[in-house]
Amino acid sequence: MEKSIAKLRETFKNGGTKSISWRKSQLKALLQLINQNEDSIFKALDQDLGKSPVESYRDEVGVLKKSVTYTLSCLEKWVAPKKAEVPLLFFPAKAEVMPQPLGVVLIFSSWNFPFTLALDPLIGAISAGNTVLLKPSDLAPACMSFLVETIPKYLDNKAIKVVAGGADIGERLLQLKWDKIFFTGSPRVGRLVMAAAAKHLTPVTLELGGKCPAIVDTLSTTPSKAKVTAKRIVGGKWGPCNGQACIAIDYLLVEEKLASALIELLKKTIKRFYGENIKSLKSISRIVNEHQFQRLVNLLKDPNVADSIVYGGSVDEEKLVIEPTILLDPPLDSEIMSEEIFGPLLPIITLKNIEESINFINSKSNPLVIYAFTEDETFKKRILSETSSGTVTFNDSMVQFLCDSLPFGGVGQSGFGRYHGKYSFDTFSHEKSILHRGFYPEIEPRYPPWTDFKLLFIKLAYEFDYFGLILLLLGFKRS
Amino acid sequence: MTSEVENKPVFCTESAKELVKELRASFATGKTKSYEWRLTQLNAMVKMMEEKEPQIVAALHDDLSKPELESSIYEIAMLKNSCRLAVKNMKHWMMPEKAKTSLVTFPSSAEIVSEPLGVVLVISTWNYPFLLSLDPIVGAIAAGNAIVLKPSEIAPATSLLLARLVAEYLDSSCIKVVEGAVPETAALLEQKWDKILYTGNGRVARIVMAAAAKHLTPVVMELGGKCPVIVDSDINLQVATRRIIAGKWGCNNGQACISPDYIITMKDYAQKLIDSFKYELERFYGKNPLESKDLSRIVNSNHFARLSKLLDEDKVSSKIVHGGERDKENLKITPTILLDVPRDSLIMNEEIFGPLLPVFLVDKVEDSFDVINSGTKPLAAYLFTNKKKLKEKFVATVSAGGLVINDTTVHLAEPTLPFGGVGDSGMGAYHGKFSFDAFSHKKAVLYRGFACDAFVRYPPYTRGKLGLLRALFDGSILGIIRALLGWSKA
Repeated sequence: MEKSIAKLRETFKNGGTKSISWRKSQLKALLQLINQNEDSIFKALDQDLGKSPVESYRDEVGVLKKSVTYTLSCLEKWVAPKKAEVPLLFFPAKAEVMPQPLGVVLIFSSWNFPFTLALDPLIGAISAGNTVLLKPSDLAPACMSFLVETIPKYLDNKAIKVVAGGADIGERLLQLKWDKIFFTGSPRVGRLVMAAAAKHLTPVTLELGGKCPAIVDTLSTTPSKAKVTAKRIVGGKWGPCNGQACIAIDYLLVEEKLASALIELLKKTIKRFYGENIKSLKSISRIVNEHQFQRLVNLLKDPNVADSIVYGGSVDEEKLVIEPTILLDPPLDSEIMSEEIFGPLLPIITLKNIEESINFINSKSNPLVIYAFTEDETFKKRILSETSSGTVTFNDSMVQFLCDSLPFGGVGQSGFGRYHGKYSFDTFSHEKSILHRGFYPEIEPRYPPWTDFKLLFIKLAYEFDYFGLILLLLGFKRS
Repeated sequence: MTSEVENKPVFCTESAKELVKELRASFATGKTKSYEWRLTQLNAMVKMMEEKEPQIVAALHDDLSKPELESSIYEIAMLKNSCRLAVKNMKHWMMPEKAKTSLVTFPSSAEIVSEPLGVVLVISTWNYPFLLSLDPIVGAIAAGNAIVLKPSEIAPATSLLLARLVAEYLDSSCIKVVEGAVPETAALLEQKWDKILYTGNGRVARIVMAAAAKHLTPVVMELGGKCPVIVDSDINLQVATRRIIAGKWGCNNGQACISPDYIITMKDYAQKLIDSFKYELERFYGKNPLESKDLSRIVNSNHFARLSKLLDEDKVSSKIVHGGERDKENLKITPTILLDVPRDSLIMNEEIFGPLLPVFLVDKVEDSFDVINSGTKPLAAYLFTNKKKLKEKFVATVSAGGLVINDTTVHLAEPTLPFGGVGDSGMGAYHGKFSFDAFSHKKAVLYRGFACDAFVRYPPYTRGKLGLLRALFDGSILGIIRALLGWSKA
């Protein structure tokens, strides 16, 4: 492994990844990889997670194709140095900020979106001109194998490597020195990654999780809006990998008096989307493995929690399936309300007044996303200014992930750093400041021996008081 | 005085915990978020500098024997400018930034909203103890945070003055100073912060980042490195020499993170360069630089011993061609130049942070890039040349926090340029709007309507939906029409 990394360093040092043409060729090759292997990708996702091709295209293949295409179209613009304004005092001078690759970067991806979360950061790292070691998650083994076998066939092996393995490989990788580490996963492992990075002063981006709440305030509007709300909630909970997503809706907040109407709407929508019961479930991913399955089942073990189930609750251990489950007001101190659920269980918490949702959300750590279904402009403003989250999405779920112009990342316990679109390019770049000066004119007061005149001159210069400077030079100002 | 010291409460973990609790409560009231509060604090800071300049200059003189001009300009005037820039632009910086949306999320609108991170910790250093304590705070205030400042104990007079001035001029319920050394810093680092900005050295930076990792706290590290100066022939030698002197001995006597650390020049040119240095150094600091009032002293005996060790190394002591005189009692070392030092000497491998300037020789000027790139990435790198191609190669090849061509250190004063390191010289940046950004969370916001709900998103998943999704992602209207008509491949 150390040899692989040494090779990556050498390739970087020799300038193998610097040219725009190299970067573009790699991105085009990645696009080809995706286009020519779609069926294999669908198959691997079905094997690891039971994802339907439509979900796989919507959340993985399509997202990646869009990301590569967007990056290819913008790359030249992003790579160009940006001019910075220079005050008259420095004349003649030119100032600019030039993005530079960081060097050799390490990307850890997660198992729930094994292609998107591996390849989207890779797109950013390549576009910024780095060499990369990608470590996909072994909890999605078919996808990991696919990446290990296929990437070398399309991309430059001297600059981009994929390594298979589990936590032990991850630990070994963390002992080495990288120029950047990009990690998607849980806060627990995020701490370990950052602590390891601290030994080498390696900058990190941590894309973590949290309990993403959805505030529901639109049920008393028109029936059609209520229906759309229900669809978007259901689509935002069980749609992305059956709730096993960092941006999936974790729990709902709704006013007491609207709870039963909401539950009815949700039940209807679930049945329509996924089937009547656990035996006839379709268009939905399964739970990734036995460990996660047990974790989720345990969340329902608490009798007070089990009592609050109003829909679903059936499990099939053999097939690793838990049907879409809705709970109404489980105890607030239960695990299901303190841990990130990351699965198909949806608690609904009722409040006397929907405005209480703000305090409720603030009592927990900052989530990755806050969803709010509301048409009340004042309430929207309050949510924006009184809560903190990576992102806020009004009246929908999940789609913010597709906006290349919005930074995607967390704050507080949900992580730091961001990517998508140009933010991916920036996250893997160092913005180098450059100041060009001429030899003339020379400003004598810069140099010692110091005198009162020189002090006053510099004071005026720092205040950009050009008029004062002229007066001083003409002898009309006294020091 | 003794009883004051004896009765001073020990700042331990419990005290740090209480402190953070208090600040979190203050932040929760929303006080620091208001534009008015931020403006009041920044204006108060400017007032503080206007009213207390003599005391600040005196403290800096106590701690560093800093010449009055360096204090007035590099510490006070620079900070005033920073405050004024923030006051002028803050409203604009606080405004949400519109973001474009595409066909995929039509109809929608998007923006990026800046919000304060919360309660932040600024750990500062001793060489520009006033500027490097308060400049980050300007950004933290402008971004709306509550703040704890831990000044360096190696500049005790300034640390004490900062504690007093911050209490007198700024809002103590939201901005606090904790004085002390390792135990106090450790107690602070155990707490959960929403951001830590640390200025200092790599060894302590690793400790700070490891402590931050426990709470997933993002950090900005402003560190150092060996800032090289490449001097080409065929330049205005006098101007170049003076600018190097100003950046080296004119900046706290070489004790600055962006001071030129060492020079790389051609064998044939070296003597000319050294003669120019000798001439200009005498013009600036006189025949007895040990007595010049225009040079800071070495900060303390530890650093004096460290620098002496660099000079006394066997393979280096014979290379001194100018200066080398020391006054241990007054902690002074004269501007010292060494010629043709070996690549493996201590002085060529450790950050000097003092008034010693080694000159490293190469055969041709292009060889200097390899010399620089064989070391760790510095905070700044400098080049003096008139050759366009050399400038281009320098900019493309040398990785450093910032580069300056034909001058030294002045990029620090340019607020439109991000100031920060890369690799071992640090991570993150600040100054100007970059300070505001460093202490903000940029929250993405997407506004959607209820119209045009794309059925293609929802199950049951069919081949038709797959085809339509493809077309939608490709952004092709024609493709969408074809898919809707059932003509495209699913």
